[in-house]
Amino acid sequence: MIRTPLRPLARILEARERGENPDAIERENLRLRHEEMRDRLRQRAESRLLVMAVMFFCGFLVVGARMGVLAASEASEPRAYAGGASIRASRSDIVDRQGRLLATNMSTHSLYAHPHQMIDPTRAARELAQIFPDLKEADLIEDFTGKRKFLWVKRKISPEQMQQVHDIGEPGLLFGPREMRLYPNGRLAAHVLGGARFGREGVNAAELVGTAGIEKHLDELLRDPARGGAPLELSIDLSVQAVAEEVMEGGMKLLNAKGAASVLMDVHTGEIISIVSLPDFDPNDRPRPPVTGRQSDSPIFNRAVQGVYELGSTFKIFAAAQAMELGLAAPETMIDANPPFVVGGHRIGEFHNKNYGDLTLEEVIINSSNRGTGRVALQIGKERQQQFLRSLGLFDPVPLEMVEARGGQPLLPRDWTDLSTVTISYGHGLSTTPLHLAAAYAALGNGGRAVRPTLLRQSAPQQGARVMSERTARNALDMLRKVVTEGTASMGDVPGYSVGGKTGTADKPKENGGGYYEDKVIATFASVFPTNNPRYALVVTLDEPVETSGSEPRRTAGWTAVPVASTLISRIAPLLGLRPEVEQGQAERVLRVSSQ
Amino acid sequence: MTEMVYGAAPLRTAEPILSRWWRTVDKWSLSCVLMLFGVGLLLGLAASPPLAERNGLEPFYYVQRQAFFGLLGLIALVLASMMGPVLVRRLSVLGFIVAFVALAMLPFFGTDFGKGAVRWYSMGFASLQPSEFLKPLFVIACAWLMAAGQELGGPPGRVYSFALMVAIVAMLALQPDFGQACLVLFGWGVMWFVGGAPMFLLMALAGVVVFFGTVAYNASEHFARRIDGFLSPEVDPNTQLGYATNAIREGGFFGVGVGEGQVKWSLPDAHTDFIIAVAAEEYGLILVGAIITLYMVVVVRSMIRLMRERDPFIRLAGTGLAAIFGVQAMINMGVAVRLLPAKGMTLPFVSYGGSSVIAAGIGVGMLLAFTRTRPQGEIGDLLRSRRR
Repeated sequence: MIRTPLRPLARILEARERGENPDAIERENLRLRHEEMRDRLRQRAESRLLVMAVMFFCGFLVVGARMGVLAASEASEPRAYAGGASIRASRSDIVDRQGRLLATNMSTHSLYAHPHQMIDPTRAARELAQIFPDLKEADLIEDFTGKRKFLWVKRKISPEQMQQVHDIGEPGLLFGPREMRLYPNGRLAAHVLGGARFGREGVNAAELVGTAGIEKHLDELLRDPARGGAPLELSIDLSVQAVAEEVMEGGMKLLNAKGAASVLMDVHTGEIISIVSLPDFDPNDRPRPPVTGRQSDSPIFNRAVQGVYELGSTFKIFAAAQAMELGLAAPETMIDANPPFVVGGHRIGEFHNKNYGDLTLEEVIINSSNRGTGRVALQIGKERQQQFLRSLGLFDPVPLEMVEARGGQPLLPRDWTDLSTVTISYGHGLSTTPLHLAAAYAALGNGGRAVRPTLLRQSAPQQGARVMSERTARNALDMLRKVVTEGTASMGDVPGYSVGGKTGTADKPKENGGGYYEDKVIATFASVFPTNNPRYALVVTLDEPVETSGSEPRRTAGWTAVPVASTLISRIAPLLGLRPEVEQGQAERVLRVSSQ
Repeated sequence: MTEMVYGAAPLRTAEPILSRWWRTVDKWSLSCVLMLFGVGLLLGLAASPPLAERNGLEPFYYVQRQAFFGLLGLIALVLASMMGPVLVRRLSVLGFIVAFVALAMLPFFGTDFGKGAVRWYSMGFASLQPSEFLKPLFVIACAWLMAAGQELGGPPGRVYSFALMVAIVAMLALQPDFGQACLVLFGWGVMWFVGGAPMFLLMALAGVVVFFGTVAYNASEHFARRIDGFLSPEVDPNTQLGYATNAIREGGFFGVGVGEGQVKWSLPDAHTDFIIAVAAEEYGLILVGAIITLYMVVVVRSMIRLMRERDPFIRLAGTGLAAIFGVQAMINMGVAVRLLPAKGMTLPFVSYGGSSVIAAGIGVGMLLAFTRTRPQGEIGDLLRSRRR
């Protein structure tokens, strides 16, 4: 940048020679420079003013043009406007796998008041209190005579109540249309569906928001207007679910259990066909979570999905399967089940202090030997055991499509010692949900591939990760079958359906720590059927059952969970379309008689 | 030569004030403003009887009141436009200080008339809204500061004016009165622009406005609902906007006829914020077009005249006054036709309101004072070009 001096030396010298004051030159230069700057600014201001003028001109022109467009368009009658475009009242229906309705919407009305429009607030309050017994007349009078200009009286009213309110003839009482969520089957599949409530409310509409279960988990999807009202298809089968709830309820009452849960799952697709947790509730009138007492005793607690229990000897088959998979043992390999068996300073005992001596691996499972399983588990070792159980999904919450599934986090031992390895091999020290167990048994039925349970209807089998070879799975199923035909689950056989399964009777740990109850058990029967062509995995769990027909109370799963499960299978197998396998010889004889 | 003038009438050294005023004032703008005032009274006849009826007064009570205040406003307008720029500046800066203090004192002595925002002083027979008066006076004060900042060796006027603007916008936003805050911000921005703001700072300002707009949209549900309501193509016919839109449609090109309009009965703000809807319904697009043209003539003509102005203070002050006058009208009408989100703002001279009409009179009067024809050193230019 070239600086022009305010006092150019040549001119100063000239001025001095002429005897003039050189300061005048500086002032002159300053003035010129100032004028130049002002001219520059003015020119810029001129162009910018022109820009502003043009902008204002255009702005007014746009307003005028818009006025013209509006004036030229046809005036329309004011339409009833769905108050607040942001409230979307629509919510998809939920249906079972055969398209039968599980959850739907029903048009109803809400009742609200404009107290400033009321003619006789006292009379309105009195009559309302007569129609709705849960409303207090004094409260209503206070509301109606107060300063408020708007208040909700009732969120949902029936058509009869609406007519009665209408008959009061009070102009300050108004109705707003509402869509309410309706579960036409009442308590059926209550835990799966969860429930819904009103979200943001306007006079003309209210949002329906899922509060629990699949309604909450898939809330966005169900409310998505892009679905165009297409219903959500679940994997649940309504008839099977109804039978399962009936059988489980009966079993629970008969055995004086305080709770029961069952999971029926397709071993190939992972679809949950029925899932029961008792006691249950009516999702149309979902109870509030309890503020006192234990959450897990509340009816809204989902025992099948949220309840983590030590599921006992049902875990033994995993140790046996892994031993076969690793080549450590074959079904007929002899296992030492002799006492004493001491691990980490603890003596491992058997049920009723039995002593089985030496057993084959198959007999270990059939007789449910703790020592046998424990010795096998020690051979497998801690790392390999953990890795195998993890691959069966027993370490993480099941990713099922309901919010409660996240709560079903398995409880693992804080430090996994050799003793943990042994106890976990027979189902103690590791707590999982019945759903976890069903998924792990489904992997046995699915030829050794892991299956992820789902509540949504599937069209194709899952191709999960392989957790064991097909041969191992086959051998494990044969062992499970023998448990039913020869072992602890002899009451579980259902003629024609070739049930295979494993019992588990686990003492309940005391709530405040310190050991186990003597007389409180969780009885479980985990099964796969039919074993020769596996289709379904079923887990039945009873909380504190007791069977009192004998001389002393019996609590083992073989006397409690197994008979319930066999009843269940015998009732649902025909519903599932399974053909009973009738023995060949009898069938031929029948044919011969008819032909003669 | 002395004897030749002896006994003659004494020589007049200057023209009479009135004749000089009449000769130099922008007669186009003046007539436009007078016409706007007339339109305001005409629409007041249509729009205010429902309000009078609601308040149990005789039908044309508010028209009479408006005529009285309008007269005051016109007197203020004429007086202000007769003053010279320097006098305008001195009085305005004094007035600005008073109005600024009044605005700052609002939280302690003001009333909200049950409307939720403390904007008024109750004077018994009338109420006074300091922010209405503050706007034009603020423009003059800022123009003075900015012009001083352009002098060589002058004070940092732009920074001072910026600080003033921020203080006023903050006070207005706290009332809350976002409409007036936006107007003040906009007026300052226009003056800054014409006063030679660097381009990149202008861009930065635009960026900041967009940023805060987004923040406000995300943070305030009230604000977001307004914007959503504006953006959605559906108009809820039960809102003020819905009624206004329908009224404009009903009116069509020639209106439904004098006194036949319905919208004034359903709109609570028919006499102020939505008076253009009443105009459109009863008199049709013709009157609305005329109103828009009147505003446009005042604003655009003033700006064109200011382009010739050499004094930076006069130029800036005039620009600011024209801009807030024009933009206020534009926002008011833009809201009614849903070009802009809902924002309560009066239509200068046309809407009912004492403070509003007097403040508009003062503002436009000062604008007319600045746009008066005065020598711009053309002779000096000629002489200089001859010399070179």
